[in-house]
Amino acid sequence: MRDLIDLFLVFAKIGGFTFGGGYAMLPILQAEVVEKRKWATEEELMDYYAIGQCTPGIIAVNTATFIGNRKKGIVGGIVATLGCVFPSIVIITIIAAFIQNFADISWVQNILSGVRVAVCVLIFSSVIKLGKKALKDWMTWGLFIIVFLISLFTNISNVLLVIAVGVLGIAAGKVKGEKK
Amino acid sequence: MILLQLFYEFMKVGLFAIGGGLATLPFLYEMQEKTGWFTVGDISNMVAVSESTPGPLGVNMATYVGYVIAKPFGGLIATLGLIFPSIIVITIISFFLKKFQESKTVKDAMKALKAASVALISVAGVGVMQVAFLGSQKAESLAFVQDILWKNVLLAVVIIAVMKISKKSHPILLIVIAGVAGFVFKM
Repeated sequence: MRDLIDLFLVFAKIGGFTFGGGYAMLPILQAEVVEKRKWATEEELMDYYAIGQCTPGIIAVNTATFIGNRKKGIVGGIVATLGCVFPSIVIITIIAAFIQNFADISWVQNILSGVRVAVCVLIFSSVIKLGKKALKDWMTWGLFIIVFLISLFTNISNVLLVIAVGVLGIAAGKVKGEKK
Repeated sequence: MILLQLFYEFMKVGLFAIGGGLATLPFLYEMQEKTGWFTVGDISNMVAVSESTPGPLGVNMATYVGYVIAKPFGGLIATLGLIFPSIIVITIISFFLKKFQESKTVKDAMKALKAASVALISVAGVGVMQVAFLGSQKAESLAFVQDILWKNVLLAVVIIAVMKISKKSHPILLIVIAGVAGFVFKM
């Protein structure tokens, strides 16, 4: 029970400070789930992110379900996910009920402008951390550069990219295996 | 009855919107046309509110749409509908991942997927960078230097310095400090 309450609270904290979608959640996940609580390793977190991008549902929710499931089975997955969406439900309900034109308020915009700077720095610091683990040879570096360029400059959907890369990885592994 | 329909509609979004929260947008437009529960103007309002509040974008939008249609209970039901397919699908995948994590095929696929993931996160970072330092997604012309928000660049330098000095600085703390700075210095 104690573990489930912990899962709920930690993911509520993460959901409450994620500004701007699933990718912005990553730095907080690294700090809370990997470094502080050791519920998952950096590698596992990467696995969950990779899978969460090409499976139905929102990345943030998928990742929460994954980590909860790993820690405490099916119930853990459900509890972590509910924790993750809890702040949204409360905050959005309050705003929808009481505040007109919330997004146009100038001090809200000022705060957000500052927050975005922090989120940007944090995302790149996560990228550096993860890159050190994920990019180890010419194949992974090559894939990184190709996917980065395709995703930045074309409209090809990330879902397709992720699936293609997965297939490519398996094929490359097979070819290597046969050479040996 | 409308609650059931709300749950069902958002369950469909959760099942078919793959990827980030903005992937839910086309589904909201479709839902708007089909049900007339809200207006097109409501949608852009929802996006603005979702982006201005913490929490995953898709979840914020579901709560907001649900509230517009059926008050607090609607918000709750729509959100539960949205996350329902994720919980089922990921629970199943989680099971197979545990079972097959030693398989060579899975390892090969995951190795490549991790590289792709880092690339996609970098691209998301570039998007945030444009909004954070230029104020919009697109650099309108090559003379975008004049659009650079220098206060924001300065804040970024300060945050990087803090992170270098104290390796353990918690991201939530940094986000809060940056928000306060934005408020105080009217960024």
